[in-house]
Order: sequence, then C-alpha cells, then structure tokens
Amino acid sequence: MSATLFFEQVLNGLQFGMTLFLISAGLTLIFGVMGLINLAHGSLFMAGAFACAAVAKATGSFFAGLAASIAAAAVAGALVERLVIRRLYDRDHLDQVIATFALILIFSEGTRWLFGSFPLYLDVPPVLSGSVPLPGGITYPLYRLAIIGVGLAVAAGLFLLVNRTRLGMRIRAGETDREMIAALGVDIGKLYTIVFALGAGLAGLAGAMIGPIQSVQVGMGEPVLILAFVVIVIGGIGSIGGALAAALLVGLTDTLGRVMLPQAFATFMEPSAANAVGSSIASMLIYILMALVLVVKPTGLFGAKA
Amino acid sequence: MAEPVLAVDGISKYFGAVAASRNVSLDLRQGEIHALIGPNGAGKSTLVKQIAGELRPDAGSVRFCGRPVDNIDTVGRARLGMARTFQVSCLAMELSVLRNAMLAAAGAAGQVFRFLPAANSDTAITGPALECLRQVGLDQRARTRVADLSHGERRRLEIALALAMRPKAFLMDEPMAGMGPEGARTLTPLLSSLRAKAPILLVEHDMDAVFSLADRISVLVNGEIIATGSVDEIRANPEVQKSYLGDGE
Amino acid sequence: MNREQIVSFVISGLLFGAGLAGFVLDQPFILTLAAKAAIFAIAGVGLNLALGYGGLVSFGHAAFFGIGGYAAGILAWHTRNFEPLATWPIEISGTTSMPVIWLVAVFAAMFFALPMGALSLRTGGVYFIMITLAFAQMLYYFALTWPAYGGEDGLSFYLRNDFPGLTASDPWTFFLLCLAMLIGVMALCALLVRSRFGLALEMARQNPQRLASSGIRPFTVRLAAFIVSAMITALAGALYADLNRFVSPSMLSWSMSGEIMVFVILGGVARLAGPVAGACLFILLEEVLGGRFEFWQVLLGVVLILVVLFARGGLMGLAAGRRSAHG
Repeated sequence: MSATLFFEQVLNGLQFGMTLFLISAGLTLIFGVMGLINLAHGSLFMAGAFACAAVAKATGSFFAGLAASIAAAAVAGALVERLVIRRLYDRDHLDQVIATFALILIFSEGTRWLFGSFPLYLDVPPVLSGSVPLPGGITYPLYRLAIIGVGLAVAAGLFLLVNRTRLGMRIRAGETDREMIAALGVDIGKLYTIVFALGAGLAGLAGAMIGPIQSVQVGMGEPVLILAFVVIVIGGIGSIGGALAAALLVGLTDTLGRVMLPQAFATFMEPSAANAVGSSIASMLIYILMALVLVVKPTGLFGAKA
Repeated sequence: MAEPVLAVDGISKYFGAVAASRNVSLDLRQGEIHALIGPNGAGKSTLVKQIAGELRPDAGSVRFCGRPVDNIDTVGRARLGMARTFQVSCLAMELSVLRNAMLAAAGAAGQVFRFLPAANSDTAITGPALECLRQVGLDQRARTRVADLSHGERRRLEIALALAMRPKAFLMDEPMAGMGPEGARTLTPLLSSLRAKAPILLVEHDMDAVFSLADRISVLVNGEIIATGSVDEIRANPEVQKSYLGDGE
Repeated sequence: MNREQIVSFVISGLLFGAGLAGFVLDQPFILTLAAKAAIFAIAGVGLNLALGYGGLVSFGHAAFFGIGGYAAGILAWHTRNFEPLATWPIEISGTTSMPVIWLVAVFAAMFFALPMGALSLRTGGVYFIMITLAFAQMLYYFALTWPAYGGEDGLSFYLRNDFPGLTASDPWTFFLLCLAMLIGVMALCALLVRSRFGLALEMARQNPQRLASSGIRPFTVRLAAFIVSAMITALAGALYADLNRFVSPSMLSWSMSGEIMVFVILGGVARLAGPVAGACLFILLEEVLGGRFEFWQVLLGVVLILVVLFARGGLMGLAAGRRSAHG
C-alpha cells in the first residue's frame, strides 16, 4: 500500500477516533462521577444528529443545526436525568442497564414515530466542503479535518474544565468520594444534572458532526455506543485522558485494520477469501483488543487500581 | 515444645513510605488465646489481612500447621483450617442464619459441587451447621433472615461460621466490636470455651475481655510488636503502659 | 406447596393452555407464538441462572443463543444440501435429528463459554458487562461477515428438523416439544439452585468475601454457573432456529442479549418461573400492543423503567412476594 494511501487512512482513523472521543468523554465522565452505566448515551448522539438535520433543513444553516444539536441533546439529557436517571444512582448495575436499555427503546421508537424510518440527509456546510492539500502530496476532505479539530478543541476544553475550574474541582472530588462532597455542601443533584447534560451535549455534538458523513437514521446510536463503551473500558473508566488515548487507538485500529488485513491475507490467499477473512477479523478486531486489554489490565489502561 | 499452630515470622508491609508492619513476629500455640492489642492505627488490621492471605507481606513469612502458606491465598488458607471472623460482620444478609452456617459447613466439607440432595435436606451440612448455631445460642433463630438479626446476634453468627469451618486456628478481628460492656460480657465465656477446640489469635480493643481471656498478649504499636507476655507481664510493662494502657482508651 | 410454587405452576399452566387453545381452535399462529414464548423462556431460564441467581450481569448471552441457532442451521443446511461438513480427517456430515443437534448446540456453547467465562470473570462490575458484550459482538460480526453461511442474509433451511418418533413439523407437536424442554431446564435449574452449589452461588452473589473465607473459590462457582447458563440458552437458540427454519446474525446481536435480559427482569430475577412469566408477557405485549401500535416498544420501555423503579421483583415479585430467606 502506498504511503499516501496509508497516511490518508491514518487520518481517517484519527477522525473516527475523535468522533469516538466526543461520545466517550461524556460517557466516562458520567460513569466516573456518578457511577452510572448509561446505555442511552447513543440515543443522545442520535438525538443530536436528528436535531441538527431538522434545524439545518428548516433554516438552511448547518451551524444553526449544530447549535441546536448540542442544545437539544443537553436538554434531553437534563430531562432524562431528572425524570429517570437520578433514581438509579444508588441502584446496582443491572437496574441501570435495564433502565437505560429501556430508554434506548423509548428514544429509538419514539424517533421512528416522529421522523419515520428513512434516513434524513445532512449536507456538509459549504464553508467546510472540499479538500485541502496536505504535506505529503495528498488532499484530504476539509470536513474530516474539522472533525479532528473539534475533537482536539473539546479535549483541550475538557482538560481546562476539569483541572482549572470550580466545577471541574467538584467533578474530580465527586469521582473520588461522592458522600464527602455532599457533606461539604455541594449541591449533588445540580452537579449531577450538569455533568449529565454536559455529557449529553458532547454526544449531541458528535451526532451532528457525524451526520454529513453518515446517514442520520434511527439505530445510528447503538453501534457507536458499543464502541464508546469499548473505548472507555480500554481507556479506564473515569479517565478523560484515557478516553482520548483509547479512542484514537480504537479508531486507528479499526480503520487501518479494515484496510490492511484483507491486503495482508491476500499475500497468501486468493483475493475473495482474503477479503472475507480479512474483513471478518477486522470487524472483530476492536473487541479482541478490548478483551486483551482487560485480561492484562482488568480496569483498563488508565483506570483505577483493581 | 510442640510447633505453634500459627507462626508469623518477620512480617513487614509498606504502603509507599508508610510501614504498616515492621518485622512482626508472633506465634499461636495449641490451646491458648493469644490477644493482639494496640492503639488505633497500629496496624492490627493489616497484620490480620496478611495472616489471612488477603495481603501479601513485603518481607517475612507465615507458617500454619507447620507449613509455609505464603503462596496460598485466602481460599486456600481457609481450607487448611484458618477460620477468620471479621470486624465488620461479613454475612449474606438476605439468607437465613442457618443457610449462612450451612454454607460454611459445606466449605469445611470441601464438597461444593454437589447437586443432590437439596441443601436444606442435606444432613451432612445441616447437622454441623445447627450444632454450631447451638453453641453460640442462635439455634432458635435458624430460619431468621440475617438482616433481621440484632448486632449482637450477628457477631455471634460470625463466630458460629468460624466454628463451622472445623478450624485449626481462629483469627478473630474484634469480635466484640460494636457491643457494649453487657454484650461483651456474654460473649466472653463463649470465646473462652472455644480455645479447647482451636487456639485463638484475638485482636481486641475491649481490655476487660482481653485481660480475662488471654493466655498471652502481644502489643502492636506503629506496626511493631513492643512486648509479648502473660497478662501480668504486659500489665506491668512500662513501655506498654506508656504507649497504650497509660493513655486509657 | 408454597405460594411461589403455586404461582409457577399456574404460569406454566397458562402457557400450556395458550398452546392448547391454538390447537383446539386450529390456529397454528397461536401455537407459533406459544412455542416462541416457551423458547424465549428457556433462554431466560439460562440467563437467570447466571444473572439472577449468580449476579453475573452478562450482556453477551445472545452469543450462546446464536451458537445454538447456528448449530441447528448449519447442521441442517449441510444435510439438506447433501454436503458434508468436513471430509478430512474423517467425513462429518450434517444431521437433521434434533437430539443430535441439541447436543452439538449445547457442547458448542460449553466450548465457547469456558474461555469466555474464564476471561470475563477476572473482571467485575461494568467491565464484566462490557467484556461479555464484546465477546458476543465478536461472534456477531464474524457471523455477519463470514460468507459461508449466509452472512447478513442469514441461513434458511426450509424444513424443520426431525425428532425421532414425532412429526416435529406439526405446530402442536413442536409446541409440546418446546414446552417439555422448558420444563426440563426448569427442573435442572431448580435442582442446581436448591443444591449446595446453588447455596454457594447465592453466597458468591451476596457476599463473595464470606464465600472465600469458607474455603470456596467464587471464580469456580461463578464459572460453572456461567457455563451451564450458556448451555441452556444455546438449547433455546437451536429451538428458535427450528421454529423459524431460519437463523441469522441478529440472533447474536446485542439487542437480542438485551431482550433476553428483559424476559428475566419482567418476570423477576432469581425466581424459577420468572423467565416464563417474562417471556409470556413480552410476547403478549409484542402481539397485542404491537398489533395495534407500531411503536409499542416505547411502551415496553416505559413498563421496564416502572418495573426497575417500583416493582423490582417483577411479575413473580408481585404475585408471590419476596424470595424466602430459607430457600
């Protein structure tokens, strides 16, 4: 495989990784601070994508849609948190899994009810369309670079938030000892709602950004959700830095694997068999990676000590 | 002199720069109650965990019934006959008293992968379980849910479960914890009678109980044993008075 | 008989009654539904052993459901197409005999559950949930992309497999077969749960430290429960494939894992007849509600949330009260 093609796939992997990071960051924050497994996170991703598509269609502006996606997802998140989620914090994992699985059903079928089963279309905004020449002689879609850029910006923003602000301090304290910060007078209820809405907003942002590259339809959230869980498990739950590292690792592994594995098998197998075996293993690759990480480090690469 | 049932030799454990255990040596002889006392933070829990196999010492070794057990984990040591009671009751709250005891008896029998007969009709475990409950005075409460027991009853159940293990030694971590002087007084004769079955390494704060029960006492301060001896020797020891008894508890 | 046993009999009786009604009224559609309920109940009984009694929140049991399904599908397909499975070192041909297929399904599940359980049980909490999901996803994507057995389109085998001495293609016979297998696995489950092993499993869930201090290794007890649980769910998968004469990767999907969990939760965890109640309720909702309201799963979601928040014991909890402390 040529160097330029490889470089292009690396960028694709990074872009995919950044998308995963946007979703995983919220997920790991929610689990780290509240100890809550939230399967409905993918639904918030979907809600953001739908909001963006609907608003963009109505107003003609992608960026209006983008703002709407973050707002809609955050509001949906806050609502869900107040109505359902806050009763689950003290419950065991099974209850959280079932209740948030139920939320997926409600969100998915509810969206299908409102919007139908056909995908919505979201166009790349003109200002971000087209390709950009990059060193090495390749041209790469500007929009995908923008996604990488947004991911980096969010990572930087989250780092600043968690490490340099009061809210961030409360978040970090909450991760370590929930009861203590309640005893210290922090309004836990409000903190949790804010954290949940923040995570939801990030998921919505990811949904909106992914919309133009992938179709906006019911069921788009779940594959992404599972990957996000894989990411936070590999990275270590509660660690945003871990989520970033793991997201990039997963993104690169998946993208490069899908391209390179069939080629690798083609060196000693006939093309159709190589393709079949290669793609098969490529699609299982991330899960194999996660299983390997957990066997060696049962709480993830950057997670708390077991 | 016969070899001690339990021998702790030069145990040291560091958590970063903090030395929780410093070259600790003590032994437990057949037929005795050996009390381990010391101020809070002295490292008693850490020591108990190392003896039970929950923590690995950084140095030193533990010998049980004449063999080194350093590479054997908690489950293995329990199978060898080390019966532990916990400072905070470690019980299945939703099960009945009897079923908790039956589980301990099944563990002692070493045959858990039995699918017949039904456990509740399996006299091989219900018999010994009821007997242990009788010895601690809980047989009338056999079918009660553990969550519905009083604190004192739970402490007695802890002891019954240790008994059901048919132990070669008891490792008791503050059995009187949370019991007022009344409760402690009712527990004392029970503990005294147990030493005939197996020797007891008794970690305790209640000094009345310790002085009436112990054959020997070891004093742990800052992770180190500063004195070991009989009740009178320890009472008279000036260092012990200074660092522990003198300050009152 | 105590209240729980009475309720369990009633529920199983109702399922039988539903099938009987389908037979008497000559409505094969009802028999298909009743058989489906029985099959889902078997899957639920399997998961209940690990999840309900053992406290192991496995989000990957669809893996075993699918393994059972594909065992049935692949064996049948090879027979119907007169193609042996393997020619070297010995010729292995397919089969359409259900008992053989069930044995293969169950052993295939055991074969997969052993390493899967051994690796997953090294973790706990959400990591366990995720790693079991990961294993199931691996199988899912494998089935999806491996071209030999239909891939995304699935595998049809047109004719239901045979059961010696019976006409399994007859809906009433097949329903009775499924019901018999359900009663069989429930009896197995009851045996396990009431035994010493069951007591150890309970303790592994409630207080693993106490279990360890009693000289019993929690890992071994949990692994055994996990493997048996997988084998039961695989049996359900094989029956499901035969019900539809079709198997597809969707049997391995994470939403299938979620669905099996729903049967268990709706019925009540760690209750013998819980999965039967849950599966029947689910089928009822799907047919009755779903028939009138296309988006019935929204209501299912609401019901589930209500159950989790306010009726944790599920249907069995409502009907038969709390589980007895003394078994």
